[in-house]
Amino acid sequence: MDVPITLRVDGSEHRLTIDTRTTLLDALREHLGITSPKKGCDHGQCGTCTILLDGRRVLGCLALAVAHQGAEIVTAAGLAEGDELHPLQKAFIEYDGFQCGYCTPGQIVSAVGMLQEAAAGWPSAASADLDADDVVLDEDEIRERMSGNLCRCGAYAGIVAAIAAVAR
Amino acid sequence: MSAGARAIGAPIDRLDGALKVRGAATYAYEWRLDHPAYLYPLQAEIAAGRITRIETGAATAVPGVLAVLTHENAPGRPPPPLRMAANRKDPEVAVLQSDEIAFRGQFVGGVIAETFEIARHAAGLVRLEYEAREPDVELRADRDDLRKPRNAAFFGAGGGELQDGSPADTAVGDVDAALAAAAVTLDATYATPTYHHNPMEPHTAVALWTDDGLTLYCSSQGVHEARNLLASAFELDPARIRLISPHVGGGFGSKVYPSTYLALAALAAQLVPGRPVKLALTRQQMFSLVGYRPASIQRIRLGAEIGGRLTAIAHDVVQQTAKLKGYAEQVAACTRTMYAAPNRRTTHRVAALDLPVPTIMRAPGEATGMFALESAMDEMAIACGLDPIEFRIRNEPEVDPESGQPFSSRHLVACLREGARRFGWAPRDPMPRARRERGWRVGTGVAAAIYPSRRLPGNAATIRLGTDGRYTVMIGAADIGTGAWTVLTQIAADALRVAVDDVELRIGDTALPLASSAGFSTGTNCWGTAIFAAADKLRATLQSEYGGTVPAEGLEVSSDIPDNPDMARYAMYSFGAQFAEVRVHEDTGELRVSRLLGVFDAGRIINPKTARSQLLGGMIWGLSMALHEHSVIDARFGHVVNHDLAEYLIPTNADVRSIEVRWLDEDDRHVNPMGSKGLGELGIVGTAAAIANAVHHATGIRVRDLPITLDKLL
Repeated sequence: MDVPITLRVDGSEHRLTIDTRTTLLDALREHLGITSPKKGCDHGQCGTCTILLDGRRVLGCLALAVAHQGAEIVTAAGLAEGDELHPLQKAFIEYDGFQCGYCTPGQIVSAVGMLQEAAAGWPSAASADLDADDVVLDEDEIRERMSGNLCRCGAYAGIVAAIAAVAR
Repeated sequence: MSAGARAIGAPIDRLDGALKVRGAATYAYEWRLDHPAYLYPLQAEIAAGRITRIETGAATAVPGVLAVLTHENAPGRPPPPLRMAANRKDPEVAVLQSDEIAFRGQFVGGVIAETFEIARHAAGLVRLEYEAREPDVELRADRDDLRKPRNAAFFGAGGGELQDGSPADTAVGDVDAALAAAAVTLDATYATPTYHHNPMEPHTAVALWTDDGLTLYCSSQGVHEARNLLASAFELDPARIRLISPHVGGGFGSKVYPSTYLALAALAAQLVPGRPVKLALTRQQMFSLVGYRPASIQRIRLGAEIGGRLTAIAHDVVQQTAKLKGYAEQVAACTRTMYAAPNRRTTHRVAALDLPVPTIMRAPGEATGMFALESAMDEMAIACGLDPIEFRIRNEPEVDPESGQPFSSRHLVACLREGARRFGWAPRDPMPRARRERGWRVGTGVAAAIYPSRRLPGNAATIRLGTDGRYTVMIGAADIGTGAWTVLTQIAADALRVAVDDVELRIGDTALPLASSAGFSTGTNCWGTAIFAAADKLRATLQSEYGGTVPAEGLEVSSDIPDNPDMARYAMYSFGAQFAEVRVHEDTGELRVSRLLGVFDAGRIINPKTARSQLLGGMIWGLSMALHEHSVIDARFGHVVNHDLAEYLIPTNADVRSIEVRWLDEDDRHVNPMGSKGLGELGIVGTAAAIANAVHHATGIRVRDLPITLDKLL
């Protein structure tokens, strides 16, 4: 069954007609040609498709597009302001937080969401005090909070350094 | 950077970085072509036998289905242009050419539809019936059908018995007599399981036929090699096949030879003329269709004098291969070169099973072989009462023990000494279980690393100098995350004596000059040397024929890679020393690698930033091999049980703690004009052994079969 939906992606509104079986990820990639979020496993196990959905980091492959009528989506492509890269994007380049680049947009979007979660005081499994008002993003916290995004090239040291530099 | 500044050696940022951090680098599936069709593969549901019946009616009846492709209607017999070769050169790549099933999960067809969702749904409606044989998928060292591998080099293209072209068996001196006479002996068997590459980007392709031939937008570590495989399998003119692959989301060996998905996409595109056909393997499908590192069982025997001089080394390897196509890797090849024992023997035997075809995977052979050898060296050091670093130093050869040739450079001892200093090795109590910290047993271990500096045939580069003073450097190379976009540009800039900004690199396209694949850590060596030669020629031509002034039409020159006579005179290898600290929880057996340090001798480092990343990545692969990865094959059905990223474990960010990379300041001009040796695979070699040795130091438990899971420590 095909249904019409509207999505706002990286600040632009898109109307499209989609199969109800279509994931948000495939709606972006195959219907709108927005290929910044990548497909790595299509099973919610790798994090390459991480997007901000109404402000929170989610996996596009585990969301059905039809369930997100009118949603506001941000991808890594939408983080930059024209030629001016987002501070995290610059830091990933400076600290070489990637090799093949396939997990990278998901890592960066995930880091944006993670920094917001930490700023809001959300604890993680690495937090010593679950009730603390302020989260100190040390390396253990960053590693734990970024462990939903796999990197097979093994660029984790650079990813942690890049995020730590921006979090400071 | 001003002209004349040295680009080689500068830690410049990746030139493809700005594209990749936005997600704007175009990977295979992301090429925008008009009116694409979608292909969803059909896979064999038995491990051995043949197809007796295919029922496609229900699938064909689904609105939006364009065609169902099976061996019964696959192009290839005989209508051109996809015509089967009379003598099938590659039984794996030539898909859908018979009713036979060689392994579970093999391609048996595909559904082509207007959308991905329709194709996938309809694929589930195709019914196949089979005549099945009992599958034979178990690797055991006591099988009575083990045989010596043959013609396995580069999948038959290079002769030789092992994949690297070397012989399966070697023998020097009298190992048995030396072992019988040795004061100290070791006889131990080590095992490594099957591993799957799992690059983050699945194997994907967009195939399009036009009057000019076939175009494949694909994810390839070597467009020319993949093109030649396809051309050979389907008796096609290579000039009519174009592969385009500028960005590759990881490969690790799985995007060199495994080309069946390219063949399937090409066949499917024949059924829907004029329409591009998109194929992306699912993560689960990748566990049966794009190769794997074969499991190994390795027996190592060592003999030594009092004082720790090795007198004998024997390394006997049993590994699995596929009945469909032979593959055998050089697991014991490192043992031929590492240590100076006068009596040495290596053997390789394979069991041909009803399994998918194995393939090269990061340091194929060396990664598994050095786990065994370097674990054995640790055991032997303890048996001799020596520090494991000192034991290795006492057995350091002056020349390559196998060939008798001098090494072009070998600084293993310097790596071990520098690593020991940085790691704080000196105060180590050699007794296992000596160190406890708050409920954790702490241990440290060391292992050596080695990787050959090879050169692959078939490389050329073209450089065009425009009237604007800019240089376009062209070679069909691949950047699979190695940094080739950046490193080759740096090499070109220095060779041309211009600034990096004046060079535009083009790679990843068969329309560009011939290039070998990104494998065997040869990329910089082969492609860089070709670029160096073309740059020399361009500068000379510009001076001699044009007096240094760029002609109005610009200037273009090409050069093959020149011969390197030093390759026949020297043994060429990179080396390294891996150090690990582990913590094992006393109650639960939980195992953490708290520190890793690698010190490497990889010649001149072209780009410290990307080189460090490659070595770090390799070490994390070694950590993963030690603790995480294991493809579990179901002995009844012949499939990988844990065929996704939730069950096939690779390290997450939280699994990697302190990890440090250092290198010696070296420059080996025997290898190439840049002075560099290979480092893409060096980082994985020895790491798993260093961790296993540290686990023994922490717990007193010697784990000889990977991975080291906590059940083995309780």
